[in-house]
Amino acid sequence: MQNYSIFALVRHALNGHTTWAPAWRSPPLKESYDVVVIGAGGHGLATAYYLVKEFGVANVAVLERGWLGGGNVARNTVTVRSNYMRDASIPFYVKSVALYEGLADELNFNMMHSKRTMIDVVQTFPKMRELRRRQLTMDIYGSTYVQISTEEVRRRIPALTGGGPDARLPVIGGMVHTDAGVNRHDAVAWGYARGADARGVELHQQMPVINLLRGSDGAIKGVETPRGVVRAPKVAVAVSGHTTTLTETVGLRLPLRTMNLTAFVSEPVKPLVDVVVNCPDSGFYFSQSDKGEMVIGGAPDMGQSFRRDIKQHVFEDTVTAMLSLFPSFRKLKLLRQWGGHLDIAPDASPIMDETDVPGLFVTAGWWGGYKAIPAGGLTFAHLIAKGALHPLMEPFSLKRFKHLDYVMESGTTTAR
Amino acid sequence: MMLIPCPFCGNRSESEFAYGGPVKPDRPDSHVTDDEGWVAFLTTVPNPVGPVHEHWWHVKGCGAWLTIWRDTRTHDIVEGPPDAG
Amino acid sequence: MQVRRLPTGGRIDRSQSLAFRFNGKEYQGFSGDTLASALLANNVRLTARSFKYHRPRGIVGSGPEEPATLVELEGRRASANQAATTVRLEEGMAARSVNCWPSPGLDMGAVNQLFAGLIPAGFYYKTFKWPGWHLYEPAIRKAAGLAGAPVAPPLDGHFEAVHAHADVLIVGAGPAGLMAALVAGRTGCRVFLADERTEAGGSLLDRRLEIAGKPALEWVAESVAELKSMPNVTHLLQDASVWAYREHNLLMVNERSPANSNVLERNWRIRAGQVILATGAIERGLVFPDNDRPGVMLASAAQAYVNRFAVKPGERAVVFANNDSAYAVAADLHASGIDIAAIVDSRDAVPEDARDLAGEIPIKSGSVVIGIRGKRAVKGATVAERDGRGAEKVDCDLLLHSGGWNPTAHLFSQSRGSLRYDDTLATFVPDKAAQACVSVGGAVGEFSPASALRTGAEAAASATGSEMPDLPAVTEGHYSIAPLWRVDARGAKGKAFLDIQNDVTVDDVHLALREGYDNVEHVKRYTTGGMGFDQGKTGNINIIGTIALQKGVPIQDVGTTTFRPPYTPVSFGAIGGIREESVVLPYRHTPITRWNLDRGAFMYEAGARWRRPGYFPRDDETFQEAVNRECRAVREDVGVYDGSPLGKFELKGGDVGRFLDHIYTNLMSTLKPGQCRYGLMLTEDGLILDDGVAMRLGKHRWMVSTSTAHADTVHGHMEELLQTQFPEWNVYVTPVTSQWNNATVCGPKAREVMAALGSDIDLSHKGLPFMSFADGQVAGLPARVVRVSFTGELSFEINVAPRHMRDLWERTMEAGEPFGIEPVGSEASHVLRVEKGFLSLGHEVDGTVDAHDLGMSWIMSKKKRDFVGKRSVELRRRGNEIRRELVGLLPANPNEQIPEGAPLTPGGERRPTEGLVTACVWSVVLDRWVALALLENGKSRHGETVHVRLKNATIAADVMEPVFHDPDGLRMRS
Repeated sequence: MQNYSIFALVRHALNGHTTWAPAWRSPPLKESYDVVVIGAGGHGLATAYYLVKEFGVANVAVLERGWLGGGNVARNTVTVRSNYMRDASIPFYVKSVALYEGLADELNFNMMHSKRTMIDVVQTFPKMRELRRRQLTMDIYGSTYVQISTEEVRRRIPALTGGGPDARLPVIGGMVHTDAGVNRHDAVAWGYARGADARGVELHQQMPVINLLRGSDGAIKGVETPRGVVRAPKVAVAVSGHTTTLTETVGLRLPLRTMNLTAFVSEPVKPLVDVVVNCPDSGFYFSQSDKGEMVIGGAPDMGQSFRRDIKQHVFEDTVTAMLSLFPSFRKLKLLRQWGGHLDIAPDASPIMDETDVPGLFVTAGWWGGYKAIPAGGLTFAHLIAKGALHPLMEPFSLKRFKHLDYVMESGTTTAR
Repeated sequence: MMLIPCPFCGNRSESEFAYGGPVKPDRPDSHVTDDEGWVAFLTTVPNPVGPVHEHWWHVKGCGAWLTIWRDTRTHDIVEGPPDAG
Repeated sequence: MQVRRLPTGGRIDRSQSLAFRFNGKEYQGFSGDTLASALLANNVRLTARSFKYHRPRGIVGSGPEEPATLVELEGRRASANQAATTVRLEEGMAARSVNCWPSPGLDMGAVNQLFAGLIPAGFYYKTFKWPGWHLYEPAIRKAAGLAGAPVAPPLDGHFEAVHAHADVLIVGAGPAGLMAALVAGRTGCRVFLADERTEAGGSLLDRRLEIAGKPALEWVAESVAELKSMPNVTHLLQDASVWAYREHNLLMVNERSPANSNVLERNWRIRAGQVILATGAIERGLVFPDNDRPGVMLASAAQAYVNRFAVKPGERAVVFANNDSAYAVAADLHASGIDIAAIVDSRDAVPEDARDLAGEIPIKSGSVVIGIRGKRAVKGATVAERDGRGAEKVDCDLLLHSGGWNPTAHLFSQSRGSLRYDDTLATFVPDKAAQACVSVGGAVGEFSPASALRTGAEAAASATGSEMPDLPAVTEGHYSIAPLWRVDARGAKGKAFLDIQNDVTVDDVHLALREGYDNVEHVKRYTTGGMGFDQGKTGNINIIGTIALQKGVPIQDVGTTTFRPPYTPVSFGAIGGIREESVVLPYRHTPITRWNLDRGAFMYEAGARWRRPGYFPRDDETFQEAVNRECRAVREDVGVYDGSPLGKFELKGGDVGRFLDHIYTNLMSTLKPGQCRYGLMLTEDGLILDDGVAMRLGKHRWMVSTSTAHADTVHGHMEELLQTQFPEWNVYVTPVTSQWNNATVCGPKAREVMAALGSDIDLSHKGLPFMSFADGQVAGLPARVVRVSFTGELSFEINVAPRHMRDLWERTMEAGEPFGIEPVGSEASHVLRVEKGFLSLGHEVDGTVDAHDLGMSWIMSKKKRDFVGKRSVELRRRGNEIRRELVGLLPANPNEQIPEGAPLTPGGERRPTEGLVTACVWSVVLDRWVALALLENGKSRHGETVHVRLKNATIAADVMEPVFHDPDGLRMRS
């Protein structure tokens, strides 16, 4: 793997940057692999990387229907945090945040992880109570969450001029989550892709999986692509939104529904807000990117959806809520909006397990799965390599549904 | 924002409706069905890339619960499959 | 001095001179100018600096495609980034260039040009890692971001949003759009026309054409006049961009200069039967070294400046093209006195029509521009044959270029229509429509005015089922093109820009491809090409062409990146409209809100949008003192509570009994008229949905009350079951939450207060026992009195019509005064219910506990064969033997409060939790802090000491039965 550094930049500049090597190879598709990972989004790429690095699995291929890094990793709001409520969730996200913080070094790829703190702007007492409930449980697992006064909220977020004492939803305080941060989403995908490739993982783009294939013993035996059958004793599905589309090809039904969650950005302006701002009572959150754009997220569309547009009324509600707290944003302009497909389980918590089809593994139901990419990839690789769930993911197995043993995380962001 | 055909009010804007979830099979007799069947009934719904059968509640209108077939790729309201109930 | 203003012509009003400031200097322009045309008239060439390298930039385009000159408006019209070409000039306007300091002429950021070699595409992924990104990020953030952020909302007006319906919505008032509007309008159907320019005419404004033997703009004026005379043509919006095309033919229009000056901008939501997209086409540039220098301009833009604004963008021009459209530009400029040094055409063969237009202007076919002289303004160009031979220098101060035309297919693509690559036109054109829409004219690649008129008329005729009209005669222009994606000649050195705004060059794209970022989406993301304020309106296709060329694949295999809304940036103010939170989330009030406020109550949102009193502080009382006083009144004397927000539904019909048996866990059908019963509702997956009281009013008439927060949910639940599962059951549900208000008198002296109020109902223990109700009169008002209790004390819930509520309340306060009555807020209610161990959905119920965990096994009927959630509760309990069960906690130190939500861990150690504290209140009966908690196997742990884990401390607490007051419930039954 070519090393990336300022010295390398200087060296390559001397010959006009014509000597940079490809970040990953384009190898020919083989007939069989030890593990086929379907989906080169954040989770798929991270899984492939850790399969080799942590568990020494050789001969791994990632098959991607479209382009590498084109999953939800390409269309999210890049917030990384661990302010969850339950013992089941917190340690997993603490692990993920820690992995993110070391990722640039580990992968020799700058994903510009910026630990810039999230502030929850609280506007109702029930919400304040719910957030305070998390505080001390998070502390057990080393995640920080501190209550601050309204004055302090306003000092940290000067653009927050709405929500005064007479407002419909007055700001009554805030919670500060210093572990939270943002980073550059494409770089996360590319960094893992480059790291996986360097360890021998084959990345195959424009390689859709049409069907999963089972052997006569009922176990998975490979996948069917337009370029023929690829055999593998282990197939791992990491295709947020399209999980059921794939698993139904082997008659497997999973408790997942696909929904469309949208985000939008403003025009770029000079630095105005330096923390991630989350307003759970109003139903939106945003951060300002290094490029100067406000990256804003809100609520999902109602109903199952594979359409990546936004519903106008949902969008207007989000904008209205934002303008109530940030009235100066009236003059700020919308530059671009987009959507992404998530699959969601009945309890809105993730699902990771080997399915009833031996050798077929799924990681799905990630609602806000961007922050989970490193730990999600690591634990999925653990499951695939060892055949047993990583302790951090034990609460999230498919088995929990056998007794309706839901992991109910409520309202960690606006979307729930 | 879709236009949803209400059988009583005609085409109305989606903002007048509350989403009512996918249409499920009839509730099984809880004394007859086994655990697996019961859990499947509760947690598993069709998740098609294409027409899906779902409920909407005309809550800011006449109050009717109605069903439509909607294409999840386009939000077009479509004819259900010929064998649909 | 407007030194570059032509003496005659243009769509400007020379009688109205407008003074404006740009980067601190005073200038004059005319009404009808854009900021860009006024700057050019004043010979201001250097107007901007680029995003990354801070290279000098000028004005490139004439509309929303402008990639280079972004300005920030100051003063009344204050706004962040605006393309100077879309800013309508106003008297007193003040603008400055974005992203340069102190000015575009002397820009300190230009130092970046020295390091340009070190900062190719994606350089930041390769460096700034050591010792940490946080060290570099602040400087990078400061450098990025273009214009300054808005600091205050606009003060002198408001935004609004409106709905409209149209049979035919036409986007664009150029020749195709106007023709379509005329044809559709004449049929009498509802026509809505929106156009992004300040006046109708589209490309006709920029050119010198004749229609029906007259100047084209006369035809435009006649057409507009005819449309205005049609009552069915409801809107002819100018300066209005259609920015989004949603599902079900819903389109969004942003009207930027509404007639009413109080309205800053207006947003239209238009539902259209048929959409005709007459959005025209956008010219793309050519890609050659230093194609970003001030004075390098799109050919069509120069034509617009000369014809529409009567401005000469230069004195001596070189025109560089690969297609025919630039020849008319050269002819128009030549006619306006601009010297055209040469037309440089990359094609070997130039069509005869084009040659005719050029007249005496020298044409260099098979040639390209391989370099530009001049950094801060164009001084000359180097022209050579396509391979670089025969290079010669030509003096000029203007370099016009045209790389061909791209249909403005943004809206078509947003509607999910597909695009195909057209080899003849060398661009992507609309292919298959996904909604009821059709593209016409330039938007579908019909670039000549004649075909624009024809396709516009055809679309409208077909949409309205009318006859094709006779079309006015117009010169049939000819358009041909030989694509030239980049100049690749010997001697062509220097940065050749694909995306001028984001400083993306051909080398950047090559670097991306070399490194494996070879999908068009990768290239976009790695180089940031097309991600600027202009969203790549002029440059994206050249990026696609460059990728195709470099990879050696057909351009259609590269494909386009996705077109996302909005077509042009739209202010959030316009999107939000006039709505504010108070409108979107109106408070629900009870009739005594005024009384509460007068009494000094601390009011807040208490769920489901109800505004309720939390407590009634007196004088200098603290929160705790006020709550204690209210609680003591209820426990020792009497209090009164406004329970009006509780959800209430009247159910009628022969099947209500069996229906209630199905939705409640306990048996309801056995109730007799006059009786009521507390009940619990579950969801089908066995989670607690709500608790409330069912009352039987008569044989077939019932009333059901719900918690305040879940009234709407319960309503939906009941209607869903009745309409989808039991349509044959005879049950009718009527929400009556707002039809009944109540004052709940509670406390040991409640009966005395009721007596003082006076009633014809027998309110004795025998006459109206606990969990019964009666209709009659209270204080002379028609009322229903219900014996329920949420405080554990003797309670009378007096229900009246809303018009009597205030009366009832005031009389109750008056009657209770001798007994020490206090109004009670939500906070005291919370304390009172905790003392009794009564369930609160927001506290003890969090999606994991069931009735058994809460010690309410009695409410899970064993007699009923089935009810909603029964099976699921049984299933869940079988799978999970360790349950978190409700307990009471007494902190070892009676004066130590436990924070609500605090975890219980074994020994208070840093270990996974074994429970949590759901509520902790100061008990006035025990005179100490008491708490409720959910604790693993809590029911069998009474008497144990458990530990609450705080950050740096633990609190020991004793586990007990979750009831601190009157465990046998004698008081409420008294």
